[in-house]
Amino acid sequence: MTEIVLTIDGKEVRAAPGETVLAAAQRADIYIPTLCHHEKLEAFGGCRLCMVEVESRGWTSYVVSCLYPVAKDIVVRTRSEKVDKIRKVLVEELMAHAPDAPELIRLAEEYGADRDRFEREASFCILCGLCVRYCNEVKQKNAVSFFDNGAVREIKFVPEIAKEECWDCQECFTICPTSYAQAAYLLTEALAFPGQRKSHTHKTHTPTIIPIIPVAVNSR
Amino acid sequence: MCEKKIDEIIEKYRGQPSSLIHALVEIQHENHWLPREVMHRVADALAVPFAQVMQIASFYKTFSLTPKGRHEVHVCTGMTCHLRGAAKLLERVEELTGLKAGETDADSRFTLDTGACLGSCSIAPELIVDGKHYGRMTPDKAEAVLKSYE
Amino acid sequence: MTMARLQSAAELEDLRADILARRDPAKPCIAVCAGAACDGQDSATVAATFLAAVDQQKLGGKLEVRTTGCHGYCEKGPNVVVTPGDICYFEVSPTDVPDIIAATLKGEVVERLVYKDPVTGAKAVHMNEVPFYKHQTRLLIGDNPKIDPMKIDDYLAVGGYAALVKALSTMTPDQVLDEVKRANLRGRGGGGFPAGSKWETTKNAPEKIKYVIVNGHEGESAAFMDRAMLTGNPHKILEGLIIGAYAIGAQKGFMYTRHDMPLLEKHVRNALTQAKEYGLLGENILGSGFDFEVELHFDVGIFVSGESSALMRSIEGNPPEPRPKYIRTSVSGIWDKPSNLNNVETWANVPQIISRGAEWFTSIGSEKSKGTKLISLSGNVVNSGVVEVPMGTPLRTLVFDIGGGVRDGKTLKAIHFGGAMGGSIPASLLDAPLDFDGMSKLGAPIGAGGLLLMDEDTDMVEVARYLMDFLTKESCGKCVPCREGMQQMLQILTRLAKGEGKKGDLERLQDLVEVTGVASLCALGKTSGDPLKSMFRYFKPEYESRIVDIAGGSESK
Repeated sequence: MTEIVLTIDGKEVRAAPGETVLAAAQRADIYIPTLCHHEKLEAFGGCRLCMVEVESRGWTSYVVSCLYPVAKDIVVRTRSEKVDKIRKVLVEELMAHAPDAPELIRLAEEYGADRDRFEREASFCILCGLCVRYCNEVKQKNAVSFFDNGAVREIKFVPEIAKEECWDCQECFTICPTSYAQAAYLLTEALAFPGQRKSHTHKTHTPTIIPIIPVAVNSR
Repeated sequence: MCEKKIDEIIEKYRGQPSSLIHALVEIQHENHWLPREVMHRVADALAVPFAQVMQIASFYKTFSLTPKGRHEVHVCTGMTCHLRGAAKLLERVEELTGLKAGETDADSRFTLDTGACLGSCSIAPELIVDGKHYGRMTPDKAEAVLKSYE
Repeated sequence: MTMARLQSAAELEDLRADILARRDPAKPCIAVCAGAACDGQDSATVAATFLAAVDQQKLGGKLEVRTTGCHGYCEKGPNVVVTPGDICYFEVSPTDVPDIIAATLKGEVVERLVYKDPVTGAKAVHMNEVPFYKHQTRLLIGDNPKIDPMKIDDYLAVGGYAALVKALSTMTPDQVLDEVKRANLRGRGGGGFPAGSKWETTKNAPEKIKYVIVNGHEGESAAFMDRAMLTGNPHKILEGLIIGAYAIGAQKGFMYTRHDMPLLEKHVRNALTQAKEYGLLGENILGSGFDFEVELHFDVGIFVSGESSALMRSIEGNPPEPRPKYIRTSVSGIWDKPSNLNNVETWANVPQIISRGAEWFTSIGSEKSKGTKLISLSGNVVNSGVVEVPMGTPLRTLVFDIGGGVRDGKTLKAIHFGGAMGGSIPASLLDAPLDFDGMSKLGAPIGAGGLLLMDEDTDMVEVARYLMDFLTKESCGKCVPCREGMQQMLQILTRLAKGEGKKGDLERLQDLVEVTGVASLCALGKTSGDPLKSMFRYFKPEYESRIVDIAGGSESK
């Protein structure tokens, strides 16, 4: 099998054809931040945080490493002035919705993002879609989904299905970077089927709800 | 009458998940909105997760998830119409109908919609009721037009 | 009358000769425009009145009445053109019908309905004298007044499908491809990408199954020329598509258009049926051994479905979520098969390139932008409508000679190209030529060709706000920079439009424009900041004046 040789941050990396730049980087212990990426799920390309600078045949372009395929002789830079600015602004945009999310706070520190830069709209959901895709691809229940389009896009639980499936699973609650999924489920239950959730395992143990602990922030 | 038509449409596309959008378009055209119960039937018949049907139905603005009024009032908000005064026209129509875009009134008389460019920019700004074009509209002409629709 | 399927090129030419023999070019014909704006002015009643009168007075032997597609002079509709002589009547109402019929039978003209210069009052009777028409080069739209879109015979009578005959019977697919490459036909939908190159990539892709697609979505605001062409002369686009499919090696084609235009749907469906009846679609077209069929698909009411990869998802039955550009759709498109997508106007150019050759085509236009371009002229212009001019034509010609300048006696402040993904340039740049690359460099890329005139009272901040508002509603919502970035830009622009700009707003806008432009998944997000870029380049003081100093009063930045 032909190997592909590329350069990431000055380091020579060998990759298999069809591998993504992100996968190749991770194998070479080169860190690229991600938010909507998960090893059990198909790459989404939604959060854009994994964007890297790629120089190929004299052209420089900016691509999402989770989807961009490795190619011979490309030079990849995971940090640069432009890449850092992209990540900074993206984090600022996301913090307008979820200012206390631990991952965002970590990224904000690294990239000098100002959590108050943009107009607040504290919906808490950053639409990374991890819960939706997990429920669709791994659990294959489709109990939670995207609705609507554009800035008013939301992630909501489908009451008819959530009622039957969610209590025994709860796996998307820990995947959610902002603890929104858990809150959304509880709200859906309270409004649509209060006291009527189905559970087949409650006799053996009561699953615990992960508490949402606000992260202490160093005031600026 | 509608029920039967909806049944026919669902049967036509039974077992064809890739025809989801076609099925929904035909039902919308026939019924003027997509009741939740009908969407469940579509999901079952076309072997598509219900969440996907809901996602498509909420994504595209041609689908209505609430019942529509007897008359569809459309104010074009394309660029030419905008430059030629569509915002003022829309304001007046909102006043007259008591509705904002996407809403239907309690008597199910009107549903108000806005949207872009129907390609007749020369007669901007336009008010379109039940597909009939009223071109070169001014806010003061809107009342007479709407009054003629029961 | 059921047609026997044409089995060869010779049979088609025989049919054409037969059609022409049965038509008397000297017999007067009254062509009533049924284009979108004329239809909106109830041209249908005008046409019906003509037909009823001809029927009642038994004039069928002396007069032809024909409903046609868009003539182009939408401002002055309902439009009527009388041949022979191309006599143009404007703003025709049903009560004018008896006078037009009477005059036509006598070989006379109804003076009150002809064109009058708004300043001098000078009259122009014939199309080649009317200023709006005479400055145009109507290679594509010129046939519209001669064709009833529901009648394939009308298209054959003006030479339709002769290019297809030439391609199938005298050229190999490679030769057809070569002709289109040498013609340097660039995409007319907004990309300006060389069509020949795209065709070649699709042709060379390893998969056997290939598709060709007509993008008739025309979501760009204030662009209406594609609909005018497709509704008025669907066969011309179809002919281009079949020739393209032959060159590329595609077996199936898709015509994708909007769901909200009933007349367009009727005409295209009818054209496909008739083409099939005549054997121009289906198996063994004209005995050439080439098989090709076409399906019609509709969008579901969202702008992003005009983006080529999103459109292909839509044809598959999926939500129109675009794919990143490095997965080229010419290699992997619909159902991952090589798919060549081109705009309506691009396909419409193909028959003439084959008939008259690449040399002829390249003799029109500028160095890198060949042929003519359809432009939808609208906004604060005197003469709005669909016009066609050679590439390289100075914008001044479009705005003043054809457009008649700014209405209501106002002065021109700016012109805007490219809708929500384009840009505005000031009136001082009007001598620039209409050219893909030149206009891009100025910051107002031609896009699909929607040209808007903005008068002295136009608020440029409000224009940017309006465009951003449009785009935010059309975003699919998948990626952060577009969904969040545009929303934040809209909020800032709304503040600025109200004169309530906060300190730092312009910097925030600039950062958002930059990041949204580079990090977005598809062209919608990537170009969403382009109007703002042109605004900052040419109209920045207007924006600066909207920033309010915290201490009170207004300051510039």
